[in-house]
Amino acid sequence: MMKTGAEILCECLIKEGVEVIFGYPGGALLPLYDTLPKYPELRHILVRHEQGAAHAADAYARVTGKLGVCLATSGPGATNLVTGIANAYLDSVPVLAMTGQVNTYFIGKDAFQEIDITGITVPITKYNQLVLDTGDMADAVREACHVAQTGRPGPVLLDLPKDVLQNKTEFIFPEKLDLPGYKPKLFGHPAQIKKAAELINSAEKPVIIAGRGVNVSRAFDELRELAENSQIPVVTTFLGIGCFPESHILSYGWLGMHGMGYANKAVHSSDLIIAIGMRFDDRATGGTSTFAPNARIIHIDIDAAEIGKNLPADVPIVGDVKNILQVLNKQLNKREHIIWLSQLDEWRSMHPATEIREHENVLPQYIIRQIYEVTKGDAIICTDVGQHQMWAGQYFYYDKPNSFVSSGGLGTMGFGLPAAIGAKVGRPNETVWCLCGDGGFQMTVQELATMVQENLNIKIAVFNNGWLGMVRQWQELIYSKRYSATALYNPDFVKIAEAYGIQAMRVTRKLDVSHAIQRAMEHDGPFLIEFVVEPEENVYPFVPPGKIIVEFLEEPSPATIRKK
Amino acid sequence: MNRKHILIALVQDRPGVLNRVASTLRRRNFNINSIAVGSIEVPNLSRMTIVVEGDDARVEQARKQLDRIVEVIRITDITHENPVAREMAMIKVKATPQTRSEIIQIVDIFRSNIVDVSPDSLIIVVTGDQEKVDTLVELLRGFGIRELSRTGTIALPRGGAGPLTIEENRPLRHVVEHVAPEEETLPNW
Ligand SMILES: Cc1ncc(C[n+]2csc(CCOP(=O)(O)OP(=O)(O)O)c2C)c(N)n1
Ligand SMILES: [Mg+2]
Repeated sequence: MMKTGAEILCECLIKEGVEVIFGYPGGALLPLYDTLPKYPELRHILVRHEQGAAHAADAYARVTGKLGVCLATSGPGATNLVTGIANAYLDSVPVLAMTGQVNTYFIGKDAFQEIDITGITVPITKYNQLVLDTGDMADAVREACHVAQTGRPGPVLLDLPKDVLQNKTEFIFPEKLDLPGYKPKLFGHPAQIKKAAELINSAEKPVIIAGRGVNVSRAFDELRELAENSQIPVVTTFLGIGCFPESHILSYGWLGMHGMGYANKAVHSSDLIIAIGMRFDDRATGGTSTFAPNARIIHIDIDAAEIGKNLPADVPIVGDVKNILQVLNKQLNKREHIIWLSQLDEWRSMHPATEIREHENVLPQYIIRQIYEVTKGDAIICTDVGQHQMWAGQYFYYDKPNSFVSSGGLGTMGFGLPAAIGAKVGRPNETVWCLCGDGGFQMTVQELATMVQENLNIKIAVFNNGWLGMVRQWQELIYSKRYSATALYNPDFVKIAEAYGIQAMRVTRKLDVSHAIQRAMEHDGPFLIEFVVEPEENVYPFVPPGKIIVEFLEEPSPATIRKK
Repeated sequence: MNRKHILIALVQDRPGVLNRVASTLRRRNFNINSIAVGSIEVPNLSRMTIVVEGDDARVEQARKQLDRIVEVIRITDITHENPVAREMAMIKVKATPQTRSEIIQIVDIFRSNIVDVSPDSLIIVVTGDQEKVDTLVELLRGFGIRELSRTGTIALPRGGAGPLTIEENRPLRHVVEHVAPEEETLPNW
């Protein structure tokens, strides 16, 4: 049957299981927006800025494990997506970004709202394509969706000229695709797995570092079996948070610059690191030359290019984490590691990274712990970027996979609010909390309107410390308190929320914290709490730049009473 | 140890591939000596020869990054396999009645050819490895080079089937069937 490019696009998306598109219209997309209402299976969510569409699609993909889809018009619409695409690229999230483009006969003429978005996004996409003929549409969509979600996931982009969307052609869904250059390696090499098993069976101080790859490959049960069977402590990366239940006795927090002291010590002192679906990012390792000096490294990752990139691996295993662990687990002996684990427990009691000191003012850490208490840990936490993000990683305990949604690789301020929208759309039955700093919240604050228009029941906590806190902390600790461009004049966040039609309240006293959170939870609809918090609180532990991960600074003033 | 590496790649003939290859190398801070691209015996495929400088580990890292590109079918570093590597250069050199015979002598020694003669200049075509071309260029510099165009290196491994040889028993096709997406199930902890 003859169909337009826009119809073919919609039908292919439906076949790929797409249910939601976060988008924003414009001239080049008129044919597509004219077609969308014919396909009620595709829910379109109108954002207020294209960056929000990309972040929402990103978070939607993280919490559902499905493809996130965002859509923007040509020119400025497309460039507004760029930050969001980069964010998905650095955190390996499957996102399909679609952009309108000027008519094919205008391309190259600097036509109105023409921009070379495929050129711009080369370094931040796994794959992209300018579709120049309606006859290529179906293949392009299939390819893009396939590439985004297989192997190491990542964002892909399709640039769709207006006439390509408008023209008609015969449509046959391409059941088969030929991608000669794209064959993700799914199964690990048996000889390598055997070597890994031998190392694990003879290690005295092994530690697992589990990253986002475990989430992506849904290897939760396999990871758990590995840890329990051989009694190996599990440390996660920041993006691996939740891939192993944090309340599990073998869970030892997450490592890195603001990771738990005992996690960093465990990794540093280990004789064997089993790195699973992680990439030895510099925020996790500190200086690589001083990282875990006595450890051999088994590095399991689906992306061959990650192996040996930052640290040399003794046993590299390329393939899908789940498949590899299934084979590996069969070759492992039962172990106990009593001495090693009791050493770790001692470190854990020496460095209680998640204790909260008594303080008359509202401490941000306290708020996060209260959100944990009130929700009983049963919530998806979406954060923005800054100090509150680190505390959100530290003071909430994540027992469920994909319940912590945060911008790791790119550290994108403005991610939190649209991410919460994507998470709530993806998992409408879960409680979704959005934790934002007073800085980052204002980078995508306009998405409050999206939230109201779509009637999304999201709870928002704005941490008003009057500072770009994380930068202020560095200025305090590394630049001798020479504060420069970090103090914030803030609007009335309660009034802002109310202006958008969102119920809101301000909390300035510690004793009101828990009550406010309860009130937000009981309210049927979006709710914002502005917490006026202790302004110059610092995130600890803190590994100063250039230091070894065990040279972390801890919260000063031991005289202060530390109580839970 | 920094040295020149020769990478050869089989790629799908699509717009943007060269851009992705160049971008990947630039991002890793590689100095690209040359890239030569041309069609091959199979339709819709091209072959690239990329010469970069770097130590073995860094180049291997870059090779893996390049291999991730969807359109890159195979890519190998053949530096250590003693490949046959050649490039071609066209050199337009000033030639006066006094210098002409001396230039012709040099051209002969290098077994290169004069392909165009005009009253005050010659165009010389030379093929050979990079060193030979470099040396000839240096020798001619004294006469005055008006224009110089080099193709960059292309290379083939010696002996029988090479890493990029397309054989019956190594099919290039990689067929991906459509699978209906399934709902995600999370563990019940
Ligand atoms: C888009 C963007 N711009 C700048 C930064 C640098 N940056 C990192 S954290 C931070 C401060 C964030 O302040 P706020 O949102 O108030 O959160 P807080 O640290 O106070 O919790 C800044 C400016 C960034 N990560 N992203
Ligand atoms: Mg702040």
